Amino acid sequence: MLKDKKAIIIGDRDGIPGPAIEQCVKTAGAEVVFSSTECFV
Amino acid sequence: MYSVLKGASYILAHTPDMVIHNGTTQTTQRTIDPDSEYLKNLDKSLRSYDECKAYLPNQTYIGNITPDELAGYAQPWYQQKSDYIQREGRFGEIMPEDEFIGLIAICDVFDLVKLESQFAVSVKKKLETHSLIDPKFLSVFDKNFELSEINGFIADEHAEPLYYEGMVVGCIKAAHDIDHSLSAHVIFENLVSKASCVLSLLHLIDKNDIRKEEIEYVIECSEEACGDMNQRGGGNFAKAAAEIAGLVNATGCDVRGFCAGPTHALIHAATMVKAGTFKNVIVAAGGSTAKLGMNGKDHVSKGIPILEDCVAGFAILVSANDGVSPEINTDIVGRHTVGTGSSPQNVISSLTASALEKAGLKLTDIDKYTVEMQNPDITKPAGAGNVPEANYKMIGALAAMRKEIEKSQLADFVSEHGMVGWAPTQGHIPSGVPYLGFARQELMDNKITRAMVIGKGSLFLGRMTNLFDGVSFVLQQNSGAGQEETVSEDKIRKLIAASLKDFAKHLQEDEG
Repeated sequence: MLKDKKAIIIGDRDGIPGPAIEQCVKTAGAEVVFSSTECFV
Repeated sequence: MYSVLKGASYILAHTPDMVIHNGTTQTTQRTIDPDSEYLKNLDKSLRSYDECKAYLPNQTYIGNITPDELAGYAQPWYQQKSDYIQREGRFGEIMPEDEFIGLIAICDVFDLVKLESQFAVSVKKKLETHSLIDPKFLSVFDKNFELSEINGFIADEHAEPLYYEGMVVGCIKAAHDIDHSLSAHVIFENLVSKASCVLSLLHLIDKNDIRKEEIEYVIECSEEACGDMNQRGGGNFAKAAAEIAGLVNATGCDVRGFCAGPTHALIHAATMVKAGTFKNVIVAAGGSTAKLGMNGKDHVSKGIPILEDCVAGFAILVSANDGVSPEINTDIVGRHTVGTGSSPQNVISSLTASALEKAGLKLTDIDKYTVEMQNPDITKPAGAGNVPEANYKMIGALAAMRKEIEKSQLADFVSEHGMVGWAPTQGHIPSGVPYLGFARQELMDNKITRAMVIGKGSLFLGRMTNLFDGVSFVLQQNSGAGQEETVSEDKIRKLIAASLKDFAKHLQEDEG
């Protein structure tokens, strides 16, 4: 599903942080163009 | 001997005018779209002082309702009628905005706060009746200004206006013409933080068996920075607040770690007291104007009142072991290290299971976890979910992975070992510490045996690292008076052996 897609990642400190999502997305063959972790509180 | 949690205080200052004029969501909106519907209608969504006092999570914060009692009320709590309307609580108070502006003026030692004459007279009268404000400070209200002079400071000298009930009642001037670190905006934020810290310190001393003179050290752990252009963030709020609070024998310093700051500071305090360096250390913090109305746009768009209308503060007293108060077990400290990584499993393990395992404890051996205790009334409408619940689910999931509970018991784990959140979203304020006042009582009443305090901080917001951070420690029932440092049998044997060896050596030398 994510193969050859470009991914923009916004992670959540109290949920799944950006770098963790990044690893999963890369494994699925997507290119990460932006990744960050945000604090929503 | 472990140090103990001797007391805790919690205060709120209802500051609706600061929501409009100083919260960054509103100031940013004013910059990008000053005519927006949000700003036009904002004042209609602000709560009165009485509504703010009657809000159940606020009454929980100052100690009049326990977390268990709060959980008994249906959410959302802003729709609940409440019989609790007290200003004073077991742990502190909810101060109205005019008195808080007065306290800001008291905390200003550089003559930067200018109050309008009538307002100053009215605030002086009110603060004269406040039992914790030293009358020696009230003379600050005798030197006041005409409104035209204050408007001149605002127009010509970039002073930040102080509003009360929509009217300009004073201003805060810049402390330097050019230095951005001493601008009126920065001084405003810092004086608010200092004043709310001072009020927390005063309540801590008032409500616990301790004299001001006995405090030796204060660690301030908010998220503001004071300093000038040559040492931005040089500090120190701790000593500045201690001075106004009359802690004459205290020095101190500031500890920073974003929202994790208070937990770091408590570990520092507990360690210093356990080492015998100091007997009484206070960890304290004031609140933040920037975060007022932070989620206001979502609240207003959903017809919810602005719930982030209070500046908050707290103070925690860490003392030498009295044989009664709960102990801070600094042998069980969780750490999210540089190498921990960011997978949720690693993060939560590093803060909980890894530390507990070393002490031979399981996740289920902790009766209550106090995590990011943000009020879900505030976060859920803004799309940030129920933050404490999300944290409890992750701890529970880890317990299931480690076969300490069955997967089917996850919901029970969350309700048994967790709590609802009640703290305002002021960054460091909800992080682990809001439960400490209740935890002390519950540990002393044998309602719980152990609690774990977890603080997490978003370091990446400072753009120096992509990492975030977290630390934790365990609070436990006091093991009883007379707990002495013991020397093991093995150590005694080694000491005797060393002495005999030394004796034999002397004999040989004498014979020689």
